[in-house]
Amino acid sequence: MEAVININVTDLLGNKHQIKAPTDMGLNLMEAIRANDLQIKATCGGMAMCATCHVVVINSHLLPAMSEDEEAMLDDAFLLNIPHSRLSCQLMLTPEMDGMEVKLGEGTGE
Amino acid sequence: MIETDILVIGAGPCGLFTVFEAGLVKLRCHLIDALPQPGGQLAEIYPKKPIYDIPGFPMIMAGELVSNLMKQAEPFNPGFTLGERAEHIEKMEDGRWKVTTNRGTVHAAPVIAIAAGLGSFEPRKPEIPNLLNFEDKGVEYIIKDPEKFRDKNVVISGGGDSALDWTIFLADVAKRVTLVHRRSSFRGHLDSVHKVTELAATGKINIVTNSEVTGLNGSDNLESVTITNFDTEDITNLEADYFIPLFGLSPKLGPLKNWDLNLHKESITVNPIDCSTNIPGIYAVGDINDYPGKLRLILCGFHEATMMVQSAYKYINPDKNLVLKYTTVSGVKAF
Repeated sequence: MEAVININVTDLLGNKHQIKAPTDMGLNLMEAIRANDLQIKATCGGMAMCATCHVVVINSHLLPAMSEDEEAMLDDAFLLNIPHSRLSCQLMLTPEMDGMEVKLGEGTGE
Repeated sequence: MIETDILVIGAGPCGLFTVFEAGLVKLRCHLIDALPQPGGQLAEIYPKKPIYDIPGFPMIMAGELVSNLMKQAEPFNPGFTLGERAEHIEKMEDGRWKVTTNRGTVHAAPVIAIAAGLGSFEPRKPEIPNLLNFEDKGVEYIIKDPEKFRDKNVVISGGGDSALDWTIFLADVAKRVTLVHRRSSFRGHLDSVHKVTELAATGKINIVTNSEVTGLNGSDNLESVTITNFDTEDITNLEADYFIPLFGLSPKLGPLKNWDLNLHKESITVNPIDCSTNIPGIYAVGDINDYPGKLRLILCGFHEATMMVQSAYKYINPDKNLVLKYTTVSGVKAF
């Protein structure tokens, strides 16, 4: 298992970016995306309270289960009906996520 | 026309602290904010969340920090234009700036301090076909004046804190409050959830869960809403003078984009020496600005506001020398 993983992020313009992120620094996916200079609004900073870090997970990966808070926030933001939606701030990076592909949701941009 | 020395766009923590720092050098401030209350995202998104990195406060609730900042600004008597978005800017003949809001309120000041965070908060709107037709005719996204709802039939949608808080507040004001929620449980603060459940049990409000408002009806003004239950697919009509969808707010840079400011990815580029922008007389502080090494922290915004005010003073009074005074020595002289 690598301490640094690769994640593929598709931005709102459809451009693909491969970002590298350490798994031993307590980062979540939203923070990793932001640290790589990609636009992600993430208004509330990571409290699952705004849904502006919404991503759609493209390939199947072992991800932590959604908490009640995350599910309720996605539902309130009308995003739960988009399949494989997650709040990237709630996805703590783990070695198992190496190779994961996500697409940024509309709400992450202007 | 509202006239002031520093027109602050955004009444979040940095905007509020600007009032204090400006007051120390005898400059007056007026604040414009799209939200109906001061505090920015601290008040709107996470008032009951703790903050641990405000110097001198090992822990403080976001809402409490806003109250403290309001208290700190109070001696300097700031003005507020709340629930309105700063929209249009133009330079007046006397060199001052004229800023008009989306509701047509006009402001004039020699200096503008943009402390707009991530932009102005815009409501997240549910997908109801004729929603836009009833805006200002029964559909409200923010609550500016609760008295408007006195003795009216009000339907609120949403499951977060603002939906719960307004349901509780309006229970004593409106004729009838109905809270419609898409899920069976609420994600708000536990105290608020208990309070709402209690109010429903005593018949003061109605809660309709697993349901959504799917239609709005009325000839000119809103008269009723259609509610669909997801489980039973039952459709009911409920008399309503007002429908308040509270599905959260998302910030948009919006009109500031057209102010000819140098932008870098949704942020305003400033000179970190004094947070001045490319346009003389316009400054940007807090989360909205960008410079090498920028950190989006409230405490950094406070520092930026302090530096900015010194520069703004010199911009307004080019012939005067400003001497830094300590509050411990001089106190806070209200005006």
